[in-house]
Amino acid sequence: MSRWTDVRTEHVIGALLRIGVLASTALVLVGAVVTLVGHGGDPAAFQVFQGEPPALRGIAGIVREALVFSGPGIIQLGLLVLVATPVARVAFSILAFAAERDLTYVAITAVVLAVLCFSLLSAGL
Amino acid sequence: MTILTMSLLIWGGSLVAGFIGSLTGLGGGVVIVPLLALVFHVDLHYAIGASLLSVIATSSGAAAAYVRDGLSNIRIGMFLEIATTLGAIAGAAIATHVATGAVAVVFGLVLLVAAAASFRHPDVPHAAGPPDRIAAALGLHGIYPDLHGQVQYTAQRVPAGFGIMAIAGGLSGLLGIGSGALKVIAMDDVMRLPFKVSSTTSNFMIGVTAAASAGVYLARGYLDPVLAAPVVLGILPGALLGARLLPRVHSRVLRVVFAAVIVVLAVEMLYQGATGRL
Repeated sequence: MSRWTDVRTEHVIGALLRIGVLASTALVLVGAVVTLVGHGGDPAAFQVFQGEPPALRGIAGIVREALVFSGPGIIQLGLLVLVATPVARVAFSILAFAAERDLTYVAITAVVLAVLCFSLLSAGL
Repeated sequence: MTILTMSLLIWGGSLVAGFIGSLTGLGGGVVIVPLLALVFHVDLHYAIGASLLSVIATSSGAAAAYVRDGLSNIRIGMFLEIATTLGAIAGAAIATHVATGAVAVVFGLVLLVAAAASFRHPDVPHAAGPPDRIAAALGLHGIYPDLHGQVQYTAQRVPAGFGIMAIAGGLSGLLGIGSGALKVIAMDDVMRLPFKVSSTTSNFMIGVTAAASAGVYLARGYLDPVLAAPVVLGILPGALLGARLLPRVHSRVLRVVFAAVIVVLAVEMLYQGATGRL
């Protein structure tokens, strides 16, 4: 059985993680600047848990908020990209195992991806 | 306090937390939750949500840098992620249903264990044990480069390791931490994998585990963007700086100092959790 040490695969995974982390930090930074410019002077209220508004709890709502250039919406989109980064890594691993014809690990990886998708989609579309 | 002042202070604190977390190998989450809850009096729900995101950021950032080291075992990691992701969803679901005081008490206990675990001696080679049937069937073995050449290893006691991984995932989802220490214990002590393989594979698993709980936290409204932004933006440069300095510092003294800090945080979390202040 061939071991998965293919340099090309590792390069792709490395690039995937770098792009994901960079894209998410860029979005979070832009969103933070927009938020602080608009509301930096407001009193902070993290002491009491109120829960986020429904618009910032689901994927579609977050995208809508980000598109109207709301600061928290852009940050939340960045956080969504951050969460999606390891998920993308798992998804890519399925392809890599398939290329090696390692069906056992295609199945194992698919189970992990299914659990991740279940969790993310529980956030609602 | 205004949002601007609070954001700048939290950014600075997260920078330090990321630095300490990566220097000690404990991970940023173990430091960030007490920092937010005890120092900034942030509600524990929000603190744990923000910490979970910082865990994903540092895990992905570090993995991007070290993915080519050839040490992490992707098959072993992927197989065990079935346990950690299921555990993480269960832990996150529990977190949304119990009082924050109880979560704080569990957090304090886990901190104490993590502080003790940071004094383990990593470089004891494992004696070869009986072959494990599951390990053979799933190809849970590998080779890693060592100073003396190539070292072969095979996972042992796979069911026990899998069970501990489910607990590690559960604690990750409940407390918003990476559970790196417990993952390394499961792979190193229980499955008898080489320490270097255990620690790099653990880092690879942490991001995926935390992503599994993050969905639950998002849906419940526990991920606050305005709080999470300075945490994520602070912890990443802090962690990268710590990783860069790691080979150059005398870790023995640092470990004692940081373990003392962690014990203080643990006692404080236990006390405030038990007296209903968190």
